[in-house]
Amino acid sequence: MSTETSFVTRAASLRAYASTADLAISPPALHEVSDRASRIAASRNLLNEPRPIRFIIVALAISFLTIFVVLPLVVVFASAFSKGISAYLAALTEPEALSAIRLTLLVAAISVTLNLVFGVIAAWAIAKFEFRGKTLLITLIDLPFSVSPVISGLVFVLLFGAQGYWGTWLQAHDIHILFAVPGIALATIFVTFPFVARSLIPLMQEQGTQEEEAAISLGASGLQTFFRVTLPNIKWGLLYGVLLCNARAMGEFGAVSVVSGHIRGETNTMPLLVEILYNEYQFVASFAIASLLAMLALITLVVKTVLEQRLDEGQPPKDDPSDH
Amino acid sequence: MSTAVARRSSLPGFGLTMGLTLTWLSVIILIPLAGLFLKTLELSPGQFWEILTSRRTLNALKLSFGLSFAAACVNLVMGTIIVWALVRYRFPGRRLFDAIVDIPFALPTAVAGVALTQLFAQKGWLGAPLAELGIKVAFTPIGIFIAMVFIGIPFVVRTVQPVLIDLDPEIEEAAASLGANRWHTVFRVILPSLIPALLTGFALAFARAVGEYGSVIFIAGNLPNVSEIAPLLIVIRLSEFRYADATAIAVIMLLASFLIILVVNRLQRWAQARIPVH
Repeated sequence: MSTETSFVTRAASLRAYASTADLAISPPALHEVSDRASRIAASRNLLNEPRPIRFIIVALAISFLTIFVVLPLVVVFASAFSKGISAYLAALTEPEALSAIRLTLLVAAISVTLNLVFGVIAAWAIAKFEFRGKTLLITLIDLPFSVSPVISGLVFVLLFGAQGYWGTWLQAHDIHILFAVPGIALATIFVTFPFVARSLIPLMQEQGTQEEEAAISLGASGLQTFFRVTLPNIKWGLLYGVLLCNARAMGEFGAVSVVSGHIRGETNTMPLLVEILYNEYQFVASFAIASLLAMLALITLVVKTVLEQRLDEGQPPKDDPSDH
Repeated sequence: MSTAVARRSSLPGFGLTMGLTLTWLSVIILIPLAGLFLKTLELSPGQFWEILTSRRTLNALKLSFGLSFAAACVNLVMGTIIVWALVRYRFPGRRLFDAIVDIPFALPTAVAGVALTQLFAQKGWLGAPLAELGIKVAFTPIGIFIAMVFIGIPFVVRTVQPVLIDLDPEIEEAAASLGANRWHTVFRVILPSLIPALLTGFALAFARAVGEYGSVIFIAGNLPNVSEIAPLLIVIRLSEFRYADATAIAVIMLLASFLIILVVNRLQRWAQARIPVH
């Protein structure tokens, strides 16, 4: 009897609470909600790790990333500014530093432009048409990613070096490829080859060919179709590829080191100058150049994150049957 | 097949773009790599064998492959822990740490090399306390190992992360409702479905570490037979104009990377066969 009354009063008070709070929920519904909540809480215990384990995992992840990734980055800037800002600026305005910066920009401009053009061309052929051996072609385009940078430089030494296949001929005609800008550009193009094509192929495959087919059937030329229909659709993906391609082109060390010849003030890119200055114990100067490259890396990461968001927004929902 | 033919005929430029692609690919990638293999053919099998089994080459290859394997193992374990923390838990700075994972990808290798050396040198922020414990990192094989761990970590994280995110929560709920405790659910249900991604990440980290040059040579010490990695030995042989030696080592390393690509492709096909594509 008493339990029944208590239940009734509780129900009444709940109803009163619901009405004062302007909630259109009847007491049984409230019961259901609290019931479900407790069930979810119970299953969450089964679907989650105990608190101490969660804490240990997060602590391990944070300390590993801090020690192995954050600290090296901090060391770069700390060492660069260890003798003050004037020493830092002086190091960056040395003629040798300026010539390295110029060469790096030039090589990046050449290799990014060429890889941009050919990356788009390759992506068009691969993504918009069906043919045999497509997987093999993509694997071949990917090859430079898995070749050691040193080997990427070595192959050009074997072709153009004094003892290489075309070395004698080049020498007879006074053409300089190795230990000069063309060699550095070639090695850089080799290591950055896959970036643009690889960021475009999945995007263009997903977009299919319907829009382009419509444009062609309405009388547009191939180039018009590409510039007015395809390009607007792939612009963020293209920018993404160019961004990563540029970061690698400016930062490449191993391949360029093998073909450059390290001629001071002439064939040293920024990463090579970092090495030379470090080996001469000019730590402030070395880390000053390194800090520029580190900033390039950080800016690249920020822009990359923004572009990834754009790319996600531009994608149709996953269950959308777009390609049928 | 009929759709393929229709596609080919309705959009222009297949011949032109395919021709340009193959030409550019040949000029930049295929001919230079073929040159490397042709150069090796100039050696007799005996000479080739002699170069590869010389003490210094063998030690360099052993060091490169052995330490890369060890570093990839550490990356596998730590990468899994990092992915788990980033995907499953909420903690302050989570998005920042997620972005930080990409730094080894983005930081030029020479910059990473000098930074790690400075950090682990005897007077460095980490090198000094370690030296007091009697552990010397810089200019020893441990330094090489550390550099390889640094460059390998994003490979495991970035291959496993999307798979863990996409993992169907119903599988876990089912395991839990069938009475499995959390330990069993994680190790018998979740981790097995991550295996293809984990192995792919491991293989990629291993491949990158084997070929790595810039971030390793500063911290390595580069003592022949002790702390001299194979890529550095290639550079040294080139500077001595011993092209044959450089080429022979390069070919072996290149064949190893081809083998890894093959393994990764197989792993990816395995993963696709196991998990139905949306």
